[in-house]
Amino acid sequence: MSQHTAGLAIETAGLVKTFGETRAVDGVDLAVPTGTVYGVLGPNGAGKTTTVKMLATLLRPDGGQARVFGHDVVREADEVRGRVSLTGQYASVDEDLTGTENLVLLGRLLGHGKKAARERSAQLLAAFGLADAAGKQVKHYSGGMRRRIDIAASILSTPDLLFLDEPTTGLDPRSRNQVWDIVRAVVAQGTTVLLTTQYLDEADQLASRIAVIDRGRVIAEGTKGELKASVGAGSVHLRLRDAEQRPEAEHVLRLALDADVQQDPDPVALTARLDAAAGDTAAAQAARALGELARAGVVVDNFSLGQPSLDEVFLALTGHDTKADTEPGTPADAGTPARGQKGEVAA
Amino acid sequence: MSTVTSTDVQDLAPVSAESLAALLVAQERPPRPSALSASLTFGWRAILKIKHVPEQLFDVTAFPIMMVLMYTYLFGGALAGSPEEYIQFLLPGILVMSVVMITMYTGVSVNTDIEKGVFDRFRSLPIWRPSTMVGYLLGDALRYTIASVVMLTVGMILGYRPDGGPAGVVAGIALLVVFSFAFSWIWTMFGLLLRTEKSVMGVSMMVIFPLTFLSNVFVDPRTMPGWLQAFVNNSPVTHLASAVRGLMAGDWPAAEIAWSLGWAGLFVLVFGPVTMRLYNRK
Repeated sequence: MSQHTAGLAIETAGLVKTFGETRAVDGVDLAVPTGTVYGVLGPNGAGKTTTVKMLATLLRPDGGQARVFGHDVVREADEVRGRVSLTGQYASVDEDLTGTENLVLLGRLLGHGKKAARERSAQLLAAFGLADAAGKQVKHYSGGMRRRIDIAASILSTPDLLFLDEPTTGLDPRSRNQVWDIVRAVVAQGTTVLLTTQYLDEADQLASRIAVIDRGRVIAEGTKGELKASVGAGSVHLRLRDAEQRPEAEHVLRLALDADVQQDPDPVALTARLDAAAGDTAAAQAARALGELARAGVVVDNFSLGQPSLDEVFLALTGHDTKADTEPGTPADAGTPARGQKGEVAA
Repeated sequence: MSTVTSTDVQDLAPVSAESLAALLVAQERPPRPSALSASLTFGWRAILKIKHVPEQLFDVTAFPIMMVLMYTYLFGGALAGSPEEYIQFLLPGILVMSVVMITMYTGVSVNTDIEKGVFDRFRSLPIWRPSTMVGYLLGDALRYTIASVVMLTVGMILGYRPDGGPAGVVAGIALLVVFSFAFSWIWTMFGLLLRTEKSVMGVSMMVIFPLTFLSNVFVDPRTMPGWLQAFVNNSPVTHLASAVRGLMAGDWPAAEIAWSLGWAGLFVLVFGPVTMRLYNRK
């Protein structure tokens, strides 16, 4: 990897970081194309943050190489710092200062003059819907507001590469959606985004390519479609007219598809997982199943074909669930009411 | 503050995608700030923190007042006949002692601050690396100045009359602040080296107590045993106390000033690089 490959924002080869006996990052290879959102997906402790810290020049790798826009992160750290911005997992702004003070401080450190720093801060605060909170100390901000000021601080000077380390951890679903909108706006302007997340739907929503990391290693990499295709053909969801017909429908499906059938919480709904190895396309399998159901006299109100979720992808790749290691209240259970945010502002 | 009127107070104002896009349109990055400019910006951060958390000025107001009152009345009668006479000798010394003691809070604040997420951001910025630490110490220099003014005021009330006049007093305080700025690099090192706030405090006490008490702050060293004189006469605190005492008395103690500045330079040269090495490795 002595040569920089054109069109790549990040290239790593055999990246290693050890803490004592633990190999937190154990030979990570990444190739992140410019101008895209690249998702790094994995449970807590998989090595995502450590990888980001090495790429952002905060940690020195113990082995392997990493280049950002062709610059080595160790030998040319200063060049790398000139082109990247980091939004860390924990508030990476000063909680004792107000929103405005934080942005002006960072604006000055990026080389803006006093006046330019003030103007840019005011514009960003307005664009992020934080104008009313500009004079409040960040420690009184809600979780959603903190994330916004964090990201605002990262784009004071439009970076070529933005690291977002678990940008929505601990946010309620609405704030999470707003952060997603911001990420989309940022990448639409040409900034490359490296996003780490433990939420599968987040990677699904934002990233064009995804690397799945587990125990310090990349265990799968590709577009969303490729990752999903590597696991299975997807599933068919059915809604019956009559709940009493569900056991019969389940039986018919099992025979027709030779597949795993689950009863959904909704008493009239069923999900059958389709087998990629069956030779047929998912649509053909679903059509056959519907035909069998009609013959058996089961009335189907509607049906849909679904691709496998990244949850299923993760389970298939790692052999263990994502949720085992993660905290409760993740967007995987997005239907549950949002937890109260610590330090929520009353305004 | 804003022209936007929100009817639903629970909701955050929406993110404006258009204005965000307009802001993001690739613009020229400004040139990097100079080392001085970055350091001053971090100094401004320290001052903003004092503004938002004024309680942290307790150690540069209440503590110095206590030191002056305590030692003036405790030793005054015994050592100089009366507190009024003793304070003429004591004030510059106790000033040096208190301010040098106050420097150790630098280590504690570096230690607690460094763990926060904002440091990751600072360290990922393309700026002169030591500016974060220099900014801290610039903020602290302001605290040392406040402490000096407070103590001087209390001293004047108790009867201290500096023969050097305003110029001598200002020169003395300036030398003290410069020395303390340099001396603080020891604490930034410990702040980065040690894991917890408590251990920083513990180690600081071990260094600061012998260093400040074993000096000529309270009494003339001539009555001390020879081995102790050898230490006291060569201690940086003794040199500094003599220099400040001389300046405030209207003299020009060139040798003592040179010794104080020499020690200050040595502290920066030794502990500055060690601090930066630790900072880069953190």
